[in-house]
Amino acid sequence: MVEPAHGTVLTEDRTTEVMTVNIGPHHPATHGVLRLVTDLEGEMVRECRPVIGYVHTGIEKSCEDKSYWKVIPFVERMDYVSYFFQMEAYCGAVERLIGLEIPPRAKYLRTIFLELNRIHSHLVWLGTTALDLGAISMLWYCFRERDRILDLFEMAAGQRMHTRYFQVGGVIEDIPLGFEEKLRSFVADMPVRVGQYQALLDRNEVFLQRTKGVGIVDRERLLELGVTGPLLRAAGEPWDLRKAFDYLAYPEMDFKIPVGTVGDNYDRYRVRVAEMVESTRIVEQALDALPEGPHIAEDRKYVLPPRSELSTSMESLIHHFKLVTEGFRVAPGEVYYGIESPRGELGCFVLADGSAKPARVHFRDPSFVNLQSFRDMAVDTYVADMICSLGMLDPILGGVDR
Amino acid sequence: MPDAPGLELLRGEIERDHPGAVLDTSFDRGQPALIADPAQIIAVLTWLREAPAHRYRFLSSLHAADYYPAEPRFGIHYELLNRDRVERVRVKTMLGDPAVGGPGGKPRTDTPARPQASPPGQDPQPDLPQIDSCVSLFPTANFQEREVFDFFGIVFKGHPDLTRILLPDDYVGWPQRRDFPVGGEPVVFTYNERAHG
Repeated sequence: MVEPAHGTVLTEDRTTEVMTVNIGPHHPATHGVLRLVTDLEGEMVRECRPVIGYVHTGIEKSCEDKSYWKVIPFVERMDYVSYFFQMEAYCGAVERLIGLEIPPRAKYLRTIFLELNRIHSHLVWLGTTALDLGAISMLWYCFRERDRILDLFEMAAGQRMHTRYFQVGGVIEDIPLGFEEKLRSFVADMPVRVGQYQALLDRNEVFLQRTKGVGIVDRERLLELGVTGPLLRAAGEPWDLRKAFDYLAYPEMDFKIPVGTVGDNYDRYRVRVAEMVESTRIVEQALDALPEGPHIAEDRKYVLPPRSELSTSMESLIHHFKLVTEGFRVAPGEVYYGIESPRGELGCFVLADGSAKPARVHFRDPSFVNLQSFRDMAVDTYVADMICSLGMLDPILGGVDR
Repeated sequence: MPDAPGLELLRGEIERDHPGAVLDTSFDRGQPALIADPAQIIAVLTWLREAPAHRYRFLSSLHAADYYPAEPRFGIHYELLNRDRVERVRVKTMLGDPAVGGPGGKPRTDTPARPQASPPGQDPQPDLPQIDSCVSLFPTANFQEREVFDFFGIVFKGHPDLTRILLPDDYVGWPQRRDFPVGGEPVVFTYNERAHG
């Protein structure tokens, strides 16, 4: 028996004591500003409550004070890793509200950038999650490829992140000279790189022990909780909005939906890695089939006239002035538009009241909804496995808190 | 998606089991919506979820919008999805603001920018619109109903833990309401932080 310094004798068994431990909000393994209040019994997690809201910035409220085209940069900053998806959800919803058809070239360009963004998002996820599990080198490999994608974004849009590339009606500019060549070289390299990641991780003994059979939530429970995206597909449900609904150029693309079998963390990893390869295939097909024509709709009531027209056409100048100062008005109505983001169903609800500003912009963010399944994944596992499950859940707290 | 006649058929089927539950339908921009009676919202959602011919078993999104100054002003939207038939249908229900007009309520003369907190010990909720929670039907609604409560002050009766989710627990006011001003927050600078505590 140990005699502690202060004189009392430890007789009772302390291994079963439940202790409430606060993790976060600032912690590298929370992938953002997420706080977890956990009840621990030794190393086992017995209860876990995610506390969110630390990076809430009131974006949805701010959107109500901006004209429709000025909302785009706001919504991009919600889920800061998949900004093209936020833009597509919002622009698509507004286009459906005003009944604006976007030209085929814009559809294909959007598809290309969305899928590049999906690869980018999965690379960030893979790098940081593997880092959590001790595979530090993965971060550098993933960020090497991510940088090539950001270079492509910069080439087309001028910015590496938050590009504001999608506009209501299409995309702001056509892709520049040399973009296609650079994209093709990326598309040729990416499957090789993914093969390298798989060679590093797929049969890595440490990685397998950390992920196999950990964090299993069955398919029915995930559906009840509204979980979508790779988490749901890893549990064996082949549900993907790109296949289910008809939007952009996806109906013309040939790609597969990777699914898992048991829905553990290893399946989640495998599904996302396989999705990167499928996304590369989509990019390649869209590039091959990229139609000629305008990159943005021609309806001057909603779309800025080309710069060259401003010095020759009075009407263009007037429309340009009206669009930039007041913005376009949208007839009253409401639309919900859901797309498949890297994390699941990203829905955008826009309510128009007839003015030039939206009366409500709401995002159904997949990270926010998916986070509800975290308790099911974490309870009765080890603390270390909880961190692994959190990484595999892949929440982006900017999207959760908005 | 059910088309416009399909939506009317759907309404008829619900009306057979729950007379008066569906007040109206709307088919706008290709998106079908059933406008339900808030008192019977759970009956409508249960019917849509369980009816063998429909089975809208997935709740994609639950969100609210403020139609101010229209009355009833709050709309709650349930985006239901049938994954087998790949069909969406929206159920929408409108709630009035008990704080304004209406039976028992007194008309509001001005619009308070930042409502004051209720005195301690007093139930802060009689002024808030109320609706039944659908968490037992769709567990995914848990966070989303809390979000609606947080931003619109709509009380979901029967919710297991109806607290603020994104805003701080001691926040006062319902910021997504249309009569809540943008930029209504006092900004704390270094020079005035003492004044704000």
